[in-house]
Amino acid sequence: MNVINPAGWRPAMGENVPGTPVQTFTGNRALQLEEALLFELGSADRSGVDFPATDTLDLAGLGPMARSDIPDLPGLSEPETVRHYTRLSRQNYAIDLGLFPLGSCTMKHNPRLDEKVARMPGFADVHPLQPVQTVQGALGVINELAQWLIELTGMHGVAMSPKAGAHGELCGLLCIRAALEAKGDPRDVILVPESAHGTNPATAAFAGFKVENIPATDEGRVDTAALIARLGPDVAGVMITNPNTCGLFERDLKVIADAVHAAGGYVYCDGANFNAIVGRVRPGDLGVDAMHINLHKTFSTPHGGGGPGSGPVVLSEALAPFGPLPFTARQADGSIRLIEEEQAHEDHPQAFGRMCAFHGQMGMFTRALAYILSHGADGLRQVSGDAVLNANYVLRSLDDVLDAPFGNAGHCMHEALFSDDGFAEGFSTLDLAKGLIDEGYHPMTVYFPLVVHGAMLVEPTETESKAGIDQFIGAMRSLAQRARAGDELLKSAPHLAPRRRLDETLAARRPRLVYREG
Amino acid sequence: MTRYYTKDHEWIAVEGNEATVGITDYAQGQLGDITFVELPEAGADVGIGDSASVVDSVKAASDVYAPVSGKVTVVNAALEDEPELVNTDPEGEGWLWKMTLADPAELAGLMDEAAYQAFVAEL
Repeated sequence: MNVINPAGWRPAMGENVPGTPVQTFTGNRALQLEEALLFELGSADRSGVDFPATDTLDLAGLGPMARSDIPDLPGLSEPETVRHYTRLSRQNYAIDLGLFPLGSCTMKHNPRLDEKVARMPGFADVHPLQPVQTVQGALGVINELAQWLIELTGMHGVAMSPKAGAHGELCGLLCIRAALEAKGDPRDVILVPESAHGTNPATAAFAGFKVENIPATDEGRVDTAALIARLGPDVAGVMITNPNTCGLFERDLKVIADAVHAAGGYVYCDGANFNAIVGRVRPGDLGVDAMHINLHKTFSTPHGGGGPGSGPVVLSEALAPFGPLPFTARQADGSIRLIEEEQAHEDHPQAFGRMCAFHGQMGMFTRALAYILSHGADGLRQVSGDAVLNANYVLRSLDDVLDAPFGNAGHCMHEALFSDDGFAEGFSTLDLAKGLIDEGYHPMTVYFPLVVHGAMLVEPTETESKAGIDQFIGAMRSLAQRARAGDELLKSAPHLAPRRRLDETLAARRPRLVYREG
Repeated sequence: MTRYYTKDHEWIAVEGNEATVGITDYAQGQLGDITFVELPEAGADVGIGDSASVVDSVKAASDVYAPVSGKVTVVNAALEDEPELVNTDPEGEGWLWKMTLADPAELAGLMDEAAYQAFVAEL
C-alpha cells in the first residue's frame, strides 16, 4: 500500500497536536488559503470594469426605470475575482485530483483527447441558429454518435436532445404515453422496483403517472413474481434500472419484459449504469423499449459540477415513431438519418413534440464520439470488464471489515455496496464518510440505496490503477476498523479539512440562501 | 382512544370516527434529523395506502402513507416552523394530520402496539 510521502508530511505539525495550535495572523495554513465571502471582500469603490462616467449619460430616457439606489453587488478588481474563485477551487475535490468513489455517479477520468476534440473551433464555436449548410460536420457528429448508440444498445432509433438522465427518463415516459394514446389505450400506472434509481418514481410522477413500488428480494434484485402479478390493463409500463442500484444485474429483465409486453405495457430501462454492460449486453435484446444513456457517465465527458450532462434516449421499433424532434432513426434502406422538424410531417409524423429548443449538448456529443472512436468496439468491451473487475476487487477486499449485504448474491457489477452493520454503538455511515475526507477522498454515496441500512455505495470505475485502488482500500479498512472499534475521534471527523463537520440539519432546517451584512 | 400501527411505521390514534396520524419513534430514529414535512391539504380525500405526506430528513425523503381511507380535517401547522417536533415527540406533538374515517373496518388490518413492537424487534 502507498503511504503519502511519510518523510515530508508530519501530521504532528501545527494544530493537529492537541493543546498546541499554531495560529497564523491570516488564518492561512501555508499554501492552504482561507477565503472570505465575495461580499466580505468587495467594496463599492473598486471595480473590475471601466464604466463611462455617469454625468455624460442621458438618463432621462430611462424614465421610471432609472435606478435610485446603488446596486447590491460586490465591487472587486479582476485579480481579486480570479483569486477568489481559484482559492475556493483549491478547497474543492475533483476527479483530476484523485479517486472519486461516488457510487451511481461514475466519476471516471475524462480523457484529454476528448477535450481536445471538443475544443476544435468547428465544434466549439457553432451556433444552433447558423445556416444548416455551415454545420454539416456537427450534424455528422450527431448522426455518427446516434449510429453507435443504436448499435451498442440494439435499438431502433434515438432522441439525442435530452439534456441529462432524468430529462431522458421524462422523454421515454412521454413516448410510452404517446404510444398508448395512439392505440386508444391510455393507462396511468408505472411500476418502479425498489432497486431502481430514485429519479425513476419522481419522473413517473412528474409525467402524470401513478407510481407503485415493487419490492426487492433478499438478494437485492426486483421481485419478478410480485412485478408480474401486478401487471394489468392499467399498467402503462415499468421502469427498471439495470444494473440496479445495489450494483447487481437484473437477470430476469427479459422475462419481465415479455410479461409486460404481453400485458400491453412498455419497458423503460434506466441506463445510467450502462457503463457496466457496454459492449456485452444489448438492452434491445432484453426487450427494453426505451433507455436513456448518460453520455457523461458511460462515455466520459465531465460532470458533477464540471460540465453539463447529456441523456440521449434509445427507442425500440414500437416506440421510435413517437420520439421527439429532432429524431435519429433507422430508415427502410438500413441507413440511420437525423430527421429535423422540416421533414417531420412526411418522415416522422407521430413525434410527441420536442424536449428542448435545439439538438442537445453538442459539446458532450463530440466528447462521447471521440471517446467511442478512440476506444473502439473492443476497447468499450474492456471498459465494462475493467469497471466490473475493479468493483469486485473493492467488494472482496473489504467484505471482512464491512458488511456487504448482497455479497452472497454473486459478483457485483460496477459498484460495491456496504452497510453499517457491525459498527460500534453510536457510529454511523456518516462518520465513516467524513473520515474519508481526512484521508483525502471524496466520500462515497451514502444512505442510498434506501433498501440497505446505512448504505455506502462505492464505484471505483475502470480508470483507476491497482495501486490507486489499493490505497483507497487501505483507507477504507482503517476507517471501518475505527468505526467497529468505536474510535471517538471518528465521530467528529473531518479534522484536517478546511472546515470541520458542518451542521447539516441546521443548514437544511434554516437555510440561509442570501448574503446579509451583519 | 385506541392506537394502531402499520408495517410502514405510521401510527393512527382513533377516537370514534376521528383519528390522528403520525410516524413512529422507530421511524424517526431511522430517518435521522427531520428537516421538512410536506403535509396533505385539509379537506383532501385519501385512500388506504396512498402517499399523503412526505417527510424529509438529512438522509432521505420518505412517503407517509394513509393507514386508512378518509378525509383530512386538520394538519399540524406547527411542523412548518418546527419539523424537529417529529424527532422529539413523534407520537405526541409531532403528529402529522387528523382525519375522519371512511371505513372503520379497515382498522382490522393494522397492528396494535404489542404486535408493532414485536414487528420492529424482528427488523
